[in-house]
Amino acid sequence: MRTIEVLGSGCANCNRLEANAREAVTMAGVEAEVLHVTDPREIVGRGVMSTPGLVIDGKVVSAGRIPSAGDIAAWLNEG
Amino acid sequence: MTTTALSRPGRFPRLPLPVVAGAAAAAWLVAWIVEAPAADWFTFSVLNLEHGSHFGEAVGFFLEDMPKVLLLLSGIVTVVTLIRSFFPPERIRPLLVGRGLLPGSLAAAGVGVITPFCSCSAVPLFIGFVEAGVPLGVTFAFLISSPMVNEVALVMLWGLFGPWIALAYMDAGLTVAVVGGLIIGKLGLERYVEDYVWELQGRPSTAIVVKLSWSDRLTDALAYTRTLVRKLLPYLVVGIGLGALIHGYAPTDLVAAIGGRSNPLAVPLVVLMAVPMYSNAAGTIPIVQALLGKGMPLGTTLAFMMAVTAISLPEFVILRRVMKLPLLAVFIGVVSTGIIGIGYLFNFLAN
Repeated sequence: MRTIEVLGSGCANCNRLEANAREAVTMAGVEAEVLHVTDPREIVGRGVMSTPGLVIDGKVVSAGRIPSAGDIAAWLNEG
Repeated sequence: MTTTALSRPGRFPRLPLPVVAGAAAAAWLVAWIVEAPAADWFTFSVLNLEHGSHFGEAVGFFLEDMPKVLLLLSGIVTVVTLIRSFFPPERIRPLLVGRGLLPGSLAAAGVGVITPFCSCSAVPLFIGFVEAGVPLGVTFAFLISSPMVNEVALVMLWGLFGPWIALAYMDAGLTVAVVGGLIIGKLGLERYVEDYVWELQGRPSTAIVVKLSWSDRLTDALAYTRTLVRKLLPYLVVGIGLGALIHGYAPTDLVAAIGGRSNPLAVPLVVLMAVPMYSNAAGTIPIVQALLGKGMPLGTTLAFMMAVTAISLPEFVILRRVMKLPLLAVFIGVVSTGIIGIGYLFNFLAN
């Protein structure tokens, strides 16, 4: 079971990233849960200051941008 | 502080990236050159409107300005977003730690120009700066400068009104940011930062900078430009339409009566008007253009533009999560006073 975390305060960009992440899970055909981290302390604690951030299995893979579902799927398959 | 770099898989575009970028740049340049004569020809030869008539001038203004602003906006935002992708706050923060108040505020206001800023990131940014030991005043210098002075606004001002107004705007914005940072730093308002932010200070902090390929950066830049232009389009149509009406019909005294030199309260008035409006700096340009063209003085116009971008209610609501009310009030007070002061100063200097 993989874990994908979307770091963001619930802004429009964060929701778009979450949607992309969910689509990526389907594309990659892996089993993963997608969580949304909204606590700013937690976000900064992960080393991210520009939201939205994306964390896969505890590793920050992007910050301050919205990677496409294809990109996220590639990361999922890679890890 | 450590900086971790992560690699990521690259993606290959169908055509070589330099070819696509070069072709796009060439097309942009051609459009930029033929745009004004084409609009002129269309208005006065094809539509056969009369030169000097109210209607003809209004239509000509709209047809010339709409593509011009769209071209400027899309071209500049793409290039600027590309440049900005090299300066995320995670990379900027180490430059601001452990500096004195004045050098720190100067540096923060300066890097605020190139760092991307989104009000939804304001809270993690604030916490990230404070916990790493960036002084409070320096953090505020950044928070003021980043949304207000940005390259998009500067290049748009440059393209439409020439270098002097662009430089004036930059100087004004940087001054407000540095002075604001100094004042907030000197006042010693640390106790008005929400307590939990301080509890985080001093924990080992790792700012993560993810490596990006050129293809990533370009894709992001184009996607961002598309979103921004789409978001701003209605405002541009209204703004330029308004500008066109003013250009063709409005007597100059109307604008002069409200915003002109004869009204000593014009500067605070436009700042107050700007509070409920919030827009990206670029979105205010058509309105600024119409106002300047109708004789609103430079200082009043710049004050309006700065207020629209820097004084934003939604951002204050967001920032309330990390600062107590007195600090927020000082922040708003310092910024509005600074903007009003700058407005008066420029009106005085331009006299």
